Amino acid sequence: MLTKRIIPCLDIKNGRTVKGVNFVDLRDAGDPVELAKQYADVGADELVFLDISATLEGRGTTLDMVLRVAEQVNIPFTVGGGISSVEHVDELLHCGADKVSINSSAVKRPELVNELSNKFGSQCVVVAIDAKQVDGQWKVHLAGGSIPTDIDLFEWAKEVETRGAGEILFTSMNHDGTKNGFANEALAKLSESLNIPIIASGGAGNVQHFIDTFEIGKSDAALAASVFHFGEIPIPELKKELKANNIEVRL
Amino acid sequence: MKLVIINYGAGNIKSIQFAFKRLGVDAILSNDPEEILAADKIIFPGVGEASSAMKMLEESGLADLIPTLKQPVLGICLGMQLMCKTTEEGNTKGLGIFQTDVKRFDHSVKVPHMGWNVIKDLKSDLFKSLKDNEYMYLVHSYYAEHCNETIAKTDYGLNYASALQHNNFYGVQFHPEKSGTEGAKILQNFLDL
Repeated sequence: MLTKRIIPCLDIKNGRTVKGVNFVDLRDAGDPVELAKQYADVGADELVFLDISATLEGRGTTLDMVLRVAEQVNIPFTVGGGISSVEHVDELLHCGADKVSINSSAVKRPELVNELSNKFGSQCVVVAIDAKQVDGQWKVHLAGGSIPTDIDLFEWAKEVETRGAGEILFTSMNHDGTKNGFANEALAKLSESLNIPIIASGGAGNVQHFIDTFEIGKSDAALAASVFHFGEIPIPELKKELKANNIEVRL
Repeated sequence: MKLVIINYGAGNIKSIQFAFKRLGVDAILSNDPEEILAADKIIFPGVGEASSAMKMLEESGLADLIPTLKQPVLGICLGMQLMCKTTEEGNTKGLGIFQTDVKRFDHSVKVPHMGWNVIKDLKSDLFKSLKDNEYMYLVHSYYAEHCNETIAKTDYGLNYASALQHNNFYGVQFHPEKSGTEGAKILQNFLDL
């Protein structure tokens, strides 16, 4: 049976791992390659690297990091942050990234999703969506959640699926950094209305939150950062607990 | 040990090269028929779309060369699918090494089949020292139907061939290069064939 995936997310800035609480107040949690190897060893199913400074820094630093990760890590990984062209994706995949995630650039130019899936295949195109619930409506936000749009989360998710996205990484701005659990109602709605995998992101605080997002949120994978980086939830224990709750995981 | 990864412009070959490097073997990337023929072992990779990958193989002459190879050849993911008779992806005729066809998953399951799933009923030296129901990483929207060349099975909505073998030709749907230490064992077994 296909297992539910546990995905640590490593935010990268200047070649180092950082994690923002509600996307500000950065803290340093180590070298991305070392951290990635550790995560692979303890049973992480996949990794996501998000270059939060990608638009400001040269691409060289990220490409070099991707190459070093691909060299040393034996599980799949996704690279995101500031990706807006077919050429850039080509470079990242050639350095050994398995998938790329695009966010604001897809909203600004939705054809990018078609171009990437046609050239590289849907399997390596993750569309990340940051959304916030305002007056009961889930609206897509851009630039790390700082710029609101009028775009409805569910309509946008459906559109990117049609355009060839292979997976959706949904971050709830209402939940991110709160450690109060994932946005399971919206996640379940996404999962039921789409036929591609959904990764839950934003709100992980304890083991029960992961159980809930798989059972109630019907998520295919769950992503978190600080609870893993600071050892608050060790991945082997998390997976054992999930298994004990009859959730299929790779042990 | 001369290991060649056939480089015809399809997909993430760096990961495969690195996986062998972790096993202490430097793989050569090549599309040169001479070099491929001179190899001890050959990897036939592939990520992407079937009809365009097949077109690249035909234009380079590799489509004629690959079925004639006598060394152990390991097709990975799309590489394995292109070694079958046909694939529904782009209505493509494959290399016809494995006597089976490749179909698309229907809408009863999420497509692509993405993540870690088990391989079972293992029947090949390729899987020596692996236990049944070991987890492997898979990403694919099309699957090979069973035939008498099936050497591993996986369930996803239906039961399909996640690995095939015909004489010196091996094919795996999953990515051993991305499947942790158990995946690395399969690559080592291939080197040991």
